[in-house]
Amino acid sequence: MQYFDKNGVAVIEANFAEQVKEASGTEINRCYQCLTCSLGCPSAFAMDYLPHQIVRMVQIGLREQVLTSSTIWVCADCQACATRCPNEVDIVRIMDVLREISLREGFVKERSVADFHRIFLGNIEQWGRQHELSLILKLKLKTRDLFSDLLPGIKMLMKGKLKLLPERFKEIEKVRDIFRGAEK
Amino acid sequence: MNQQTAVKYAYYPGCSLEATAREYDLSVRAVCEHLGIELAEIPDWNCCGASSGHSTDRRLAGNLAGRNLALAEGMGMDIAVACPACYIRLRKAQNEMKQDEKQRDELTNLTGLSYNAQYNTRHLLDIICNEIGLESLKDKVVKPLHGLKLAAYYGCYLVRPPEIVAFDDPENPQCLDALLDTLGAEVRDWSGKVDCCGGSLSLSKREMARRMVGELVEMARRAGAEAMVAACPLCHANLEMRQGGANGNKMPVFYFTELIGLALGIAEAGSWFKKHLISPSGLLASLGL
Repeated sequence: MQYFDKNGVAVIEANFAEQVKEASGTEINRCYQCLTCSLGCPSAFAMDYLPHQIVRMVQIGLREQVLTSSTIWVCADCQACATRCPNEVDIVRIMDVLREISLREGFVKERSVADFHRIFLGNIEQWGRQHELSLILKLKLKTRDLFSDLLPGIKMLMKGKLKLLPERFKEIEKVRDIFRGAEK
Repeated sequence: MNQQTAVKYAYYPGCSLEATAREYDLSVRAVCEHLGIELAEIPDWNCCGASSGHSTDRRLAGNLAGRNLALAEGMGMDIAVACPACYIRLRKAQNEMKQDEKQRDELTNLTGLSYNAQYNTRHLLDIICNEIGLESLKDKVVKPLHGLKLAAYYGCYLVRPPEIVAFDDPENPQCLDALLDTLGAEVRDWSGKVDCCGGSLSLSKREMARRMVGELVEMARRAGAEAMVAACPLCHANLEMRQGGANGNKMPVFYFTELIGLALGIAEAGSWFKKHLISPSGLLASLGL
């Protein structure tokens, strides 16, 4: 990955802020770096860049650094940042847009989170509703992590909290049409 | 509200309530019946897409939620939602489609259903607190939860973002506290009530969720609570699954509807608690509940 050129100058994409602004519908240049978002972020401890830093990086066009960051995937989607932002910068929406581009261009740093989303949506396309047992099993196979959570999993099965089979769904083709529509 | 008028809602349980949150669904249905809230489940409802939908594909998220909105509109009723993660997705789609004819047309093209955003989407906590009312609830309490020290946990999507979900204050909400107080419990004030538990990362980033849950439980304990009360199936599962410590030392987590059911004297309440991973029966027995 080329974050810097041979003279050590950061590689920037000048219109990145404009792209993100367009796709998110939020005025990203309003951010004046007050740090309210980062101070209240529950996932901050696991991030490589804090939310206010991501916003700044988007502003100045550090496209690849942003799209390959952990931050956009370990964001817990709690909405605290956007709720508290004094300038109404919709950071939640910005994170969504960054994840979309990161997925599309194959930059994903945190595979387990992206795999989770993909399997989650795949199950809806297949059955119309989420089937939690197969979501868990598919994620385990995909991440090759077979033995964690075995005990609570068995406990849940015994308590009837994990259905073995998905619910029957009548108009599954309508749901699949929605997925097909999204691809266009 | 007037006892004679039946309140009727199109019920959207959401996927978790069919499985990991079975006891939430059972307690919701029992309590609503007891309070005169009629729930007609939306036939053939689909998953709202949850965080995975809007995190990766905005149009998909809008249309998945939108199909449910359109089905409910066909029933001619407001929607009652149990899961806050579904609640925020349906409210968001409802707001967007209300303003955007193009999105409504797209939904109709894909699903064959018309939608005009004529009805509202409400969470059951909102309906019970603000439609049924706590006065009316109080009259029905037969077994007050005396001595039960609770921390009301709202989490994220009941209160944020306020332009989508607001029925209470986004930083210091009160309705769940007031409801538990009405049931006779000792409600502890604490500062974790709207902090995120990391539920959306519970399966994909276990260690993160463990740390976030650990901090919340510790905060609730310091405030003098012996149990937490949630209104979200994802918070509940995460708080139970990712809580550290020895088995006897873990803090039980209730759904708010379970505690309403207990206080109203609904007989099957005991069977809901058996489904918990962290059993609350010792705590309840010690208080004679």
